[in-house]
Amino acid sequence: MSGFLSDALTILADAAVADASAAASADASGHVMLLVTVFVLAVFVGVEVITKIPPTLHTPLMSGSNAISGITLIGAILAAGADHGPTAAVLGFLAVVLAVMNVVGGFMVTNRMLAMFRTTKK
Amino acid sequence: MNTAVLIDLSYLVAAVLFIMGLKGLTRPRTAVRGNLLGALAMAIAVVATMMHGDVIGWGTILTGMAIGSILGAVLAIRIEMTAMPQLVALFNGLGGAASVLVAGGYLAGQPDLESMSVSVATAASGLIGAVTLSGSLVAFGKLQELKFVRDVSFSGQQMINAGLALTCLLLCYLLVSRPDSAVLWFWLMSVLALGLGVLLVISIGGADMPVVIALLNSYSGLAASATGFVLNNNLLIIAGSLVGASGLILTRIMCEAMNRSLGAVLFGTLQSGSSSLSDEEAYATVRSTSAEEVAMMLEVAQNVLIVPGYGMAVAQAQHAVRDLTNLLLARGIEVNFGIHPVAGRMPGHMNVLLAEADIAYERLLEMDQVNSTMDQVDVAIVLGANDVVNPLARTDPNSPIAGMPIIDVDRARTVVVIKRSLSPGFAGIANPLFGAENTLMLFGDGKAAVVEIGKALQES
Repeated sequence: MSGFLSDALTILADAAVADASAAASADASGHVMLLVTVFVLAVFVGVEVITKIPPTLHTPLMSGSNAISGITLIGAILAAGADHGPTAAVLGFLAVVLAVMNVVGGFMVTNRMLAMFRTTKK
Repeated sequence: MNTAVLIDLSYLVAAVLFIMGLKGLTRPRTAVRGNLLGALAMAIAVVATMMHGDVIGWGTILTGMAIGSILGAVLAIRIEMTAMPQLVALFNGLGGAASVLVAGGYLAGQPDLESMSVSVATAASGLIGAVTLSGSLVAFGKLQELKFVRDVSFSGQQMINAGLALTCLLLCYLLVSRPDSAVLWFWLMSVLALGLGVLLVISIGGADMPVVIALLNSYSGLAASATGFVLNNNLLIIAGSLVGASGLILTRIMCEAMNRSLGAVLFGTLQSGSSSLSDEEAYATVRSTSAEEVAMMLEVAQNVLIVPGYGMAVAQAQHAVRDLTNLLLARGIEVNFGIHPVAGRMPGHMNVLLAEADIAYERLLEMDQVNSTMDQVDVAIVLGANDVVNPLARTDPNSPIAGMPIIDVDRARTVVVIKRSLSPGFAGIANPLFGAENTLMLFGDGKAAVVEIGKALQES
């Protein structure tokens, strides 16, 4: 975990530094740092929460978190809906279809699985 | 309040709901609600995004959503529980594909990337997304046992993989440093990354699948995060990193349960060090038994442990196992299940199958739990598992599974192994458990054997 974190940090920090020199604007690099901060903190929250999930629920965790990764849908909507020419619209449309499949299918199948987990012990 | 602020606030609410939803998954009791919170968060995020000033073409979007929803819903409703690993692999791939397309669409819309951080993120989206897509599709093909997807490994494969990876990184560099032809570099890189994903997964198979699935799960999250950096969108970054973290934790758990490093799973197949034990030696003392004899043993047992493996999924034996469990419980016999973390083809695979068959989750015990009480087990039934109960992991430091934590069924009073033949498991080595003096082999199809035992038990 820490290995991954430090790798990710190094890469992103490099990107931020490179950005600063290129954009030559303190604002821009500050903004990227803000995004990096959000990313890193969210990873920590994720680790904290997910470590507590019992092995029994690991499959629903995968399909449920997979549905959450379909959040790319938002990007797809922006790409499909904005007026950036036909290529962008077509790519956006395809992205919407695939991302929605991921989201709807993912949440539904997770729900179906979780509904099966029940306790019958007295 | 203007629209932009409202959208950002909705995104914040969605992010919080995602976290609360995952938190709900920490207990079976709250898990259904947790999943619904996640779905609610997604709905809020989508509605807020539709309000965005840039979004003008509602028609296309709604059409796309309708098509995707129908396809996703049909898959989710019709899939068999035994096919769950394939479905998860497929959905991982869809997420990766969406990331590539969104980054590509962004690039098509504004070919002159305004800053270096955006081009780095675009490159990352394309690279991770494409590897996730093709890797997941190959994993899907393997799990679905499609004929044209076979385990392929050839000499120099790792050199080719390294070469492909380096070329991809070079193209990423070109994308960042020569933004005038960014579109060309992006698609060239994405195509190569698709090839890389195929080659990375094609040589991995069988029992290593849980690691691959967990890792691809993590990638699909990281790809979404990278897309968030492209679009400057906090919600994508947060949701993506939650999923990335989740996948990485699962990957680590799976690797630990096999006592192998992630690198060893991805780049080397199993260590070639073979065990010193030959089949003849191990199986000289094998004793086979009948369903009636097993039923008689179960009748006088007080504590029964069932250890399922991938074979149970293949034989679709989970419902038969439930019936047998209920018969034993009715006679006041304690029945528990010992679940090895890498049993099956994805994390938690056995738990889902047994839950489908209505077995209470309190009976599904983790490896450490069952090992600590193994001495009190009268009869341990191994159903379609092999390497995860192989005592060589403890005793033979040269075996490919040396040091792998196993379920110590050999310490139970009597062990019944239900298996078609004495063929080796994924590790390809003999299992001395089968020849142990407290072990009886019940040869046959897993489901049929369990049904037979149940029948014999009822008749007695």
